[in-house]
Amino acid sequence: MEFVCFHLMPYRPLDMAARRKERSAWVVLPNSLYDPVKGAQEYKSYIDQLVYAEQLGFDVIAVNEHHQTAYGMMPAPNLIASALIQRTQRVKIAVLGRALPLVNNPITIAEEFAMLDNLSEGRLICGFVRGIGTEYHATGLNPAFSHERYQEAHDLIVAAWTKPGPFEFEGQHYNYRYVNLWPRPYQAPHPPIWIPSQGSSETIAWAADPVRKYPFLVTFSASELVIRYLNMYRDQARQFGYEANGAQLGWAVPIYVADTDERAKREAQAGIESLFNDYLSNPWEMLLPPGYMSLPSMLRTMKMRKSLGSGMARQTVDSLIESGTAIIGSPKTVRDGIARVRDATGLKRLVTMLQFGVLPDDLARRNMEIFASEVMPHLRN
Amino acid sequence: MPVQESVHRTRDIKVRSFRQNSNQGNGSTVLFLHGAGGFPGWLPFFDQLAAKHDVLVLEHPGFGESDNPDWIRNVADVAMYYLDVLAGLNAGKVHLVGHSLGGWIAAEAATRNCQHLASLTLIAPAGIRVKGVPAGDNFIWSPEETARNLYHDQAFADRMLAQQPTEKETEILMRNRFMAAKLGWEPRWFNPALERWLHRIAVPSLVIWGEDDKLLPSRYAAVWGERVPNVTVKVIPQCGHLPHVERAGITADAVLAFLGGR
Repeated sequence: MEFVCFHLMPYRPLDMAARRKERSAWVVLPNSLYDPVKGAQEYKSYIDQLVYAEQLGFDVIAVNEHHQTAYGMMPAPNLIASALIQRTQRVKIAVLGRALPLVNNPITIAEEFAMLDNLSEGRLICGFVRGIGTEYHATGLNPAFSHERYQEAHDLIVAAWTKPGPFEFEGQHYNYRYVNLWPRPYQAPHPPIWIPSQGSSETIAWAADPVRKYPFLVTFSASELVIRYLNMYRDQARQFGYEANGAQLGWAVPIYVADTDERAKREAQAGIESLFNDYLSNPWEMLLPPGYMSLPSMLRTMKMRKSLGSGMARQTVDSLIESGTAIIGSPKTVRDGIARVRDATGLKRLVTMLQFGVLPDDLARRNMEIFASEVMPHLRN
Repeated sequence: MPVQESVHRTRDIKVRSFRQNSNQGNGSTVLFLHGAGGFPGWLPFFDQLAAKHDVLVLEHPGFGESDNPDWIRNVADVAMYYLDVLAGLNAGKVHLVGHSLGGWIAAEAATRNCQHLASLTLIAPAGIRVKGVPAGDNFIWSPEETARNLYHDQAFADRMLAQQPTEKETEILMRNRFMAAKLGWEPRWFNPALERWLHRIAVPSLVIWGEDDKLLPSRYAAVWGERVPNVTVKVIPQCGHLPHVERAGITADAVLAFLGGR
């Protein structure tokens, strides 16, 4: 199994009373609540944590992109990746991912990734995402064209990386007389592409297609759903006539480990509950703008929501452990929790989130250390 | 005479059609273009118009139970579709009435070609943006906020919120919302080019606005009044974004008076 140390870089000094007066920590949260002096310290701490992950033996360190939110301070994740390249030697660096449909010229994404791949001499992994629904409120981009733009931007970026330039690109949303990337990527034919997703069947079928075989990472879901989605990928691969490799299957999950279950739960509680209730939660108008999901997927989601009762229930550390959405406990508990999903799916990529919500530096770093010494070695092979 | 529901076909597109004519076919035809909320059901407003006119309401492509062809990607496509509809109606010159999104479609069609039009009535139309006059964001509003913000008289909002949609109605609401986003999300509810072509509207026009419209502010009405050549502007007090629902009588009277001699 391969281990990724993933960071959202949440803005922890958030005034939670003020936050709870707003409908979301995204898009509408007044940015007067952001203090740049405190924010600058957050960046420092978080970059230090990711650099530390290399020393601890993680295979990959990873960042991601979100806009206009206290949930994550990386509207431009490539800037952080660039800083990480300068401070690390061996570890791979994953941007999980860039939100392709949100930009008006995807060639800039191809260019920046190519630069990072050169700067790191081939240590880059590229995640391709659509952004979550709120991103379409933040950018004003039409969610009805999100899927189309994603596919087309992907095709353009891969062509820019692999086809001899200059060439012409003729699309629906993107049209260029000259595509001719300088620099080209360091890795041949191009850096690995990973697909983080909440598990829509359309995305799974697209990622598993034999021309792509992109690793698919299920993010922030109950463990039963993670198992179901990863096995959907396996089934899909079989329908395409091949057997999926475990390296194509990944799981992104918040993890907290301490010497006992009780202690882990106590120390993780404030962080994990703030992540799900204060940073992540959104009204469905913001999370699922019309067109972001296909109509059938949307109708299924609405039905599920109806059966769960209206309004999002507050999540607790117990409910998150119970559903397997977060893995929290002693080294044995955490090992067993991961092994259970691994055995049910054959997954070989674990994207760990070891700092989450308001979890402070000292606990986050100790969490990383214990995970690296007490969990990682047992699950490596 | 009851409302006749049927399927209307122009080119390869089938849409739901509703028609009423209490005047034994003597009145000229009124074609009503509904707003982003979809076909609102047969309204008392339509009954009032139907006392004097042949009233036809089509459910736009992509809305409700109508076909949703891939090639309809923006309001201009819908406007061109309606120019094809008008050309095929054989109804002589038609009075085009549009509300909100439907008003935008009607204005786009009229700036292109007024050949089949007798007049144009725009009720709280989308389509232009007036800088410095902020519009509401219906895509971020919760269902409760939406109901409250659409009406001045909160009794209408209460009735809207008390309704429990069936599964089929929920699906139609979703389809309508999807199509509304496709057509109106970006730029939000306007076409930057439309305002500079409004002088091409070559038929008498009426613009109606609810004074307390929280989605598209009534200050927009004056700009339409300046840009459309032969236009009357009527702002209805104590009325929200749906004058033909909330102030049906006043709105229908205004439309009938406007159409009167035409």
